[in-house]
Amino acid sequence: MKRPDKDIAASARMITRRGLVVGGLMGGVLGALALRMRNLQVEQAEQFRFLAEENRINIRLIPPARGLIFDRNGVLLAGNAPNYKVVITREEAGDVDAVLETLNSIVQLPEDDLDRARREISRRSAFVPVTVADRLTWEQFSEVAVNTPALPGIATEVGLSRYYPLQGDFAHSIGYVGPVSDYDLERLNDDDPLLQIPRFQIGKTGIEAKFEHDLRGSAGTSQIEVNAAGRVMRELDRQEGETGASLQLTLDHVLQNFTEVRLAGESAAVVVMDVDNGDIRAIASAPSFDPNKFVRGISGPDYRALLNDEYRPLADKTVQGTYPPGSTFKMVTALAALEAGVIGPEERVFCGGFHRLGTRRFHCWKRGGHGWMDLVDSLKQSCDVYYYDVSQRVGIDKIAEMARRLGLGTKFDLPMSAVSEGLIPTQAWKRANRGEGWQVGDTLNASIGQGFVLTSPLQLAVMTARLATGREVQPRLVRAVNDIPQAVSDAPSLGIRPLFLNLIQQSMYEVSNLRGGTAYGSRVTEDAYKLAGKTGTSQVRNITAEERARGVFRNEDLPWNRRDHALFVGYAPYDRPRYAISVVVEHGGGGSKAAAPIARDVLLQAMYGELPPLSAYPAHQRNMIEERQRNLELRPRQEPEQGRSRA
Amino acid sequence: MSYLEYNVKRVPSGLSKVLHMNWPLVLLICAVASFGFLMLYSVAGGSTSPWVEPQMKRFALGLVAMFIVAFIPIWFWRNVAMLAYVVALALLVAVEFIGVVGMGAQRWIDLGFMRLQPSELMKITLIMLLAAYYDVLDIKKVSRPLWVALPVALILLPVFLVLKQPDLGTSILLTAGGGVVMFAAGVHWLYFAVVIAAGVGLVATVFYSRGTDWQLLQDYQFRRIDTFLNPENDPLGAGYHITQSKIALGSGGWTGRGFMEGTQSRLNFLPEKHTDFIFTTLAEEFGFIGGISLLMLYGLIIVFCLISAFRSRDRFSSLLIVGIAATFFFFFAVNMAMVMGLAPVVGVPLPLVSYGGSAMLVLMVAFGLVQSAHIHRPR
Repeated sequence: MKRPDKDIAASARMITRRGLVVGGLMGGVLGALALRMRNLQVEQAEQFRFLAEENRINIRLIPPARGLIFDRNGVLLAGNAPNYKVVITREEAGDVDAVLETLNSIVQLPEDDLDRARREISRRSAFVPVTVADRLTWEQFSEVAVNTPALPGIATEVGLSRYYPLQGDFAHSIGYVGPVSDYDLERLNDDDPLLQIPRFQIGKTGIEAKFEHDLRGSAGTSQIEVNAAGRVMRELDRQEGETGASLQLTLDHVLQNFTEVRLAGESAAVVVMDVDNGDIRAIASAPSFDPNKFVRGISGPDYRALLNDEYRPLADKTVQGTYPPGSTFKMVTALAALEAGVIGPEERVFCGGFHRLGTRRFHCWKRGGHGWMDLVDSLKQSCDVYYYDVSQRVGIDKIAEMARRLGLGTKFDLPMSAVSEGLIPTQAWKRANRGEGWQVGDTLNASIGQGFVLTSPLQLAVMTARLATGREVQPRLVRAVNDIPQAVSDAPSLGIRPLFLNLIQQSMYEVSNLRGGTAYGSRVTEDAYKLAGKTGTSQVRNITAEERARGVFRNEDLPWNRRDHALFVGYAPYDRPRYAISVVVEHGGGGSKAAAPIARDVLLQAMYGELPPLSAYPAHQRNMIEERQRNLELRPRQEPEQGRSRA
Repeated sequence: MSYLEYNVKRVPSGLSKVLHMNWPLVLLICAVASFGFLMLYSVAGGSTSPWVEPQMKRFALGLVAMFIVAFIPIWFWRNVAMLAYVVALALLVAVEFIGVVGMGAQRWIDLGFMRLQPSELMKITLIMLLAAYYDVLDIKKVSRPLWVALPVALILLPVFLVLKQPDLGTSILLTAGGGVVMFAAGVHWLYFAVVIAAGVGLVATVFYSRGTDWQLLQDYQFRRIDTFLNPENDPLGAGYHITQSKIALGSGGWTGRGFMEGTQSRLNFLPEKHTDFIFTTLAEEFGFIGGISLLMLYGLIIVFCLISAFRSRDRFSSLLIVGIAATFFFFFAVNMAMVMGLAPVVGVPLPLVSYGGSAMLVLMVAFGLVQSAHIHRPR
């Protein structure tokens, strides 16, 4: 289509005219923008520069209160106490050293606190407040507060700090918190801004560490306007954080305290478990330590003393420590043999004091031998030769399988630090780890819980609970998180024939209650509370032929750390089991003498719920028991927190 | 006008086209982009990563695109205008379904090597189509209601799709750019007067309705308007950007704090400091002088475009250049007004300066069209 020239000219004129109008409008807008820019940047420049320099909007984190930890009855085990502290902000302080000097003249501060503060100050950004001193007394705190005008950049703050009112009783299970370290930051790989707060407390061990996420809560924020001097002008907005979740444990603080006190002077571990639901009622590793020292930051000498103590207070012997189970393992061997059908319940084996394998002799603990033994007798008197004999028939792999069914060699999912798996050896294990084939001798050693076998006291307690019920009981340490009950794992049957189980239970009853039983000395005379158990004594060294010849293997004659471990596992009441227990006394000597009395006292305490009456003990022991009970320094029963008394 | 009407003999061909380009415009564009590189270098704390390097690469790519578009005769572009519009519209519909959700709004189609924002593409194709439409339309019919309704529909269709993403900034640019083309084409001014009057009336009614039982906006929408009108009331909420941006800008003063010395932007008080709010960094570091220089560069780009439009006797070319100049103008005017607290925060980048790929490439193609019209204008 051809457009007439006239139209082209008209179109061009129109576009030029309208274009100029548009251009004019644009020019106007440009002018307005330029004016506004001039207004902001020239006329109001002074004011805005002031705003930029003097007024800064800061966002400060409000640390949440850490979740509380209660025992099963609502007694506080881990709480938060006010912590009076002094913080310094570098950019406001100016000359940091001078300010610290002045501060030091007002309140005496330990030199290493000051050093730590100086390091911290140089590491953090200029505007981050760094804690110079905490846990001040109220007097010190108010003195600093009064003098703040003379201390630029110094501010007083009240924070919260973890404290453990029952001191050492729960040091291993609950663990402790400590200031977050660079190593923690790397390990946790957590971008929670709370972790950036200097000296923020996070769980380091035990439940405090395993439930860190729940206990920590979430940060609140406070948006504040501060001026150049760092003074807070006003709070613009505040969002409260969320307090950490509270935990209720299955532990009972009275029983726990009794157990700790009862173990005084020993290097020992005790685990008490409810056989029905697996609730751990007490889990004690002795000696213990005061976790509050770690929260405060333990002093060098104190820490070295803990490290160098040959009783190893820092180690958790209940879940981390593993020991040869000794004769407490014989139930496993017996059940494996019964199930495999290699021996009948009534079948007897002759014990002549040793078992011959090739040219080697495997000795029974009773040099003269036990004579003819059936299953019940062999457990009651803890005859070794019987087990050498049957284990040779059943083989290690069947024994190992039974051990696993009973919970040995299993890493239980408990929220404690370094829960160990123990070791239940098999032929395949030895080939893979030792590079040599399994020997029959290894089986004989394993059959009486020696050799390669290693178990933790926790595993032994679980094994006992399973033997008492025939069900696959799982241990549990946390009852409720934020009042929401935690699931009890349903414990399916182990599938062991009741006949076999009853036989084992009958034997364990006889161990503790019939004359000739290895724990007869620790019997209970109150019919309703009689226990069933098994002693164990595990060697920590090989008895040399020379020693045997000289006849020196009385434990008392050996240095402490070469004596045998004393063990006892048991449950009570024998006819309606409620609690299972395992006791390991490191280098305590014989199980019947060192471990069984402890187990009896703790189980009776658990069943009575208070100090057991003397009538529960055999008449001839009552004086001795009374004497001992008088000397126990027990903590008075604590009151549950308000609104938390749920048994 | 058709192909034959151009006096082809007098149009430069081959490499001689380079000599007939609008070189001052090219230099102005490079100058503005350099401002951008400088500021991106500064907000990154004196580093070419993460922003300057990719931005330079994109600008180089944009220059190549500009030259290619410029060398292709303008009548080709007129002939493909309709097709281009349809393709852009189809892509806009496509983002509804396959778009990647970015920054809370559906805007991209991921092409693998780059993310395409069809709404950016639409800014050019809409102008092209409108210019072509008025080139074809008999001048006498321009103001007849039916012939006014058609281009209005062509504008509103993409505007509606873009609003749905939602991208308020782009829909404003599309409406304004299209409106200017219609205005320049000679549509009777009464239409514009009526639309503007209706707009003012609507705004008045909306405000009047507040608190009555026939309230036309939700409460939160009213609160946003309040915030815009008085940002100091909510310095940490919605008014945060505006307050902080004004503080940064104002503290620049006459000459600014000096290159890389801006504290407000450096201290992260400013959000989006490398994209929509980059002008505040410039104004803080180079002060009023720096800000006004950039404003003048932008003004000169508009002036050179308009002169080129007026000199062309080809209706398509003229309208196209006016439309592109207007879109470019709205681009930086809205951004600057927003940053200076004169307009609400709608999310429009500063053209050629803000960090971002799609917008930069599309603008360079648009300038390529301006160059093509300039080179191939009938003489």
